[in-house]
Amino acid sequence: MSEKLLIFTRFERLWHWSQAGLIIGMLLTGFELHGSWVLFGYRRAAEIHVTCAAALMGVWVFAIFWHVVTGEWRQYVPTTRKLWTIIRFYTDGIFRGEPHPFRPSRGKKHNPLQLLAYLFFNVVVSPSIWISGLVLLGINLAGFDPGMSSRTVATIHGAAAWATAVFLVAHVYMITTGESVLQYLKAMITGTKTLHSKAPQTDGSEPSS
Amino acid sequence: MWSSARATRTALCATFGVVMAWSGRVSAQDPPPTSTADHRRFEALQRTFNSGAEVTRACLECHTEAAKQVRNTIHWTWEAVHPGTGRTVGKRHVVNSFCSNLATNEPRCTSCHNGYGLRGPDFDFADDTRVDCLSCHDTTGTYVKAPTGAGQVLKEATQVHGQALTPPDLGHVARNVGPPSRQSCGSCHFQGGGGDGSKHGDLDSSLIDPPYGLSVHMSSEGADMTCQTCHVTEGHRISGSRYQMVAKDEIGRGRPGERRMVATCEACHGRRPHPGGSYVARTLNQHGDRVACQTCHIPRIARGGVPTKVWWDWSKAGRTDPSGAPIHEYDEAGRTTYWSRWGEIRWAENLRPTYAWFDGTIRYTLPTDPIDPDEVVPINRLEGSPTDPGARIWPFKVMRGKQPYDPQHERLALMHLFGDDDSAFWKHLEWEPAIRQAMEAASLPFSGEIDFVETTMHWPITHMVAPAEDAVDCAACHQKEGILADVKGVYLPGRDGHGIVDVLGSLALGATILAVVVHAGLRVRYRFWRRRT
Repeated sequence: MSEKLLIFTRFERLWHWSQAGLIIGMLLTGFELHGSWVLFGYRRAAEIHVTCAAALMGVWVFAIFWHVVTGEWRQYVPTTRKLWTIIRFYTDGIFRGEPHPFRPSRGKKHNPLQLLAYLFFNVVVSPSIWISGLVLLGINLAGFDPGMSSRTVATIHGAAAWATAVFLVAHVYMITTGESVLQYLKAMITGTKTLHSKAPQTDGSEPSS
Repeated sequence: MWSSARATRTALCATFGVVMAWSGRVSAQDPPPTSTADHRRFEALQRTFNSGAEVTRACLECHTEAAKQVRNTIHWTWEAVHPGTGRTVGKRHVVNSFCSNLATNEPRCTSCHNGYGLRGPDFDFADDTRVDCLSCHDTTGTYVKAPTGAGQVLKEATQVHGQALTPPDLGHVARNVGPPSRQSCGSCHFQGGGGDGSKHGDLDSSLIDPPYGLSVHMSSEGADMTCQTCHVTEGHRISGSRYQMVAKDEIGRGRPGERRMVATCEACHGRRPHPGGSYVARTLNQHGDRVACQTCHIPRIARGGVPTKVWWDWSKAGRTDPSGAPIHEYDEAGRTTYWSRWGEIRWAENLRPTYAWFDGTIRYTLPTDPIDPDEVVPINRLEGSPTDPGARIWPFKVMRGKQPYDPQHERLALMHLFGDDDSAFWKHLEWEPAIRQAMEAASLPFSGEIDFVETTMHWPITHMVAPAEDAVDCAACHQKEGILADVKGVYLPGRDGHGIVDVLGSLALGATILAVVVHAGLRVRYRFWRRRT
């Protein structure tokens, strides 16, 4: 028997995928602006980069509003409970074919390790890249004086971009570690997770039905 | 954005052309004059003139203050106190890396003086009748002076370097005076440094009637502007100086209708010249804070088909063939590459300028200044640095070569090149007497020893502005080995990395990818084993 469980609302999925597309676009163009490769040509890359940035800011305004209003921000409150269990799974259990110790639910979408990674991204990486990016844009468009050299600001921006790239690679890999390789990806596309078994799992909340 | 601006401009030109054609049909016989005076009808000019001074006297009968005005300009004095450095500069004092110096070479150099008879130090700079009005105001193109005649009007037909020169009809020239054209100014400013295009790189005869792609300003397909459209004049004083340039114009258009006494781009185009308000337009406008307009909008120089000199090695001058006759060698395009009188010459065409920080002040190495012969000697130095808010990145033609100096005194040596006397280098091809003569004339010490030192000279580039679509592309600078590769002191995205942060970042990314590959590999491998068991 199988049942479908709603994990991600339509808004969350829209948010996730628009953000994913925009961030990938900004990484591609950002590293072109940095001189790592040539894809669009410098001028076009710069235009795409700031256009994506503006769009992402818009997406974020909606997302923050949504998180506050729905109370979903609580999903990001960090915990170390069961953290070791998760780490043990990824370093050992996964190779033995053990089921994932965490079972996402509507009430608790992220496992503790995931939570810490997202929190680090949202609290450290993201603000660094946003603030430094806006300062660079201010320098570029209006001669804004940030009180430090543009090289320093750009270095912060670059460091955060490297961290984002690392996050993206790890994130894309982690989504293959569900019950099946594509399970998490399907969940983020359809919003639902199909439960195939009632095998006992340790998770943050009781399985809802 | 650009294409629409271009379309508008084209449409305006087309409209204008139609109007012109229409009005032309109405009054084809008698086009309305732009001046309120027709010099052909002036009684004072209905005569024959036997000398330039006679013409000048006639001019001054009406234009009573003209000579006084002219005598107060650097065109006349060839001397000025530099407002930035306080040093006395001008052609009478500086050395350049072409024919070096004025002293003892006057009759040759002063064919481009706007006066009659500047032969040497005893010239009377206060004499109004020595002012040559026609040198700038001739519109007939027949007013020729011999290139070796100290600016005197040609009296008899002659041949110079194979070119036949005919004495002008001064009355005809005087009755047809008008405002200077590109050709008038160009007759000297295009020809400096030993012939067409030699000196500047952005000024040569291709600008007399340039195609649109060569100069949007001077082309008849473009704005068809004359020199003084930008080089705003007031009482014969002409704005725009190479000794002290306005490297960054913070005022721009000024008050409505104001004609500011500057020759800057901003004086017409304003300080935020890229229209439309797009991200790129705003970014480019902000670039103007640190990058001169010319840097992007003059992508290459000497691109009108006239090459410019980039190397002049005087140390090789003086070689003769076994019979003692001077040697003259040419390249396949017929340009001098070696001449006993000159030494070795190299030419370049359609070349990228060299870029450097510049605040507008050029400091010349005068013959009284000490030099360091172990280094390449800068004939002039650009002031301004990346930390100086008044400095911008400017394009330059860099002229290189070897010039004589006195190794005892470690000073540049002046050369007596031209003249029909015992010591002129171009007559005898002997350095010692030529340099001794020039140094004595300038009252400078000379040890008698001569050596040659490599020199470099920077010529700011500001003419030959290309159409907007031909401007230097963003990526030309924003890349590792771009045209600004050597311009330091500024963070340039695309060129400059983040050093250790880039190293750590790529290591972290590499480690993550490696971890993913290993982890995924182990998953596959264990799964395979589990299946087997």
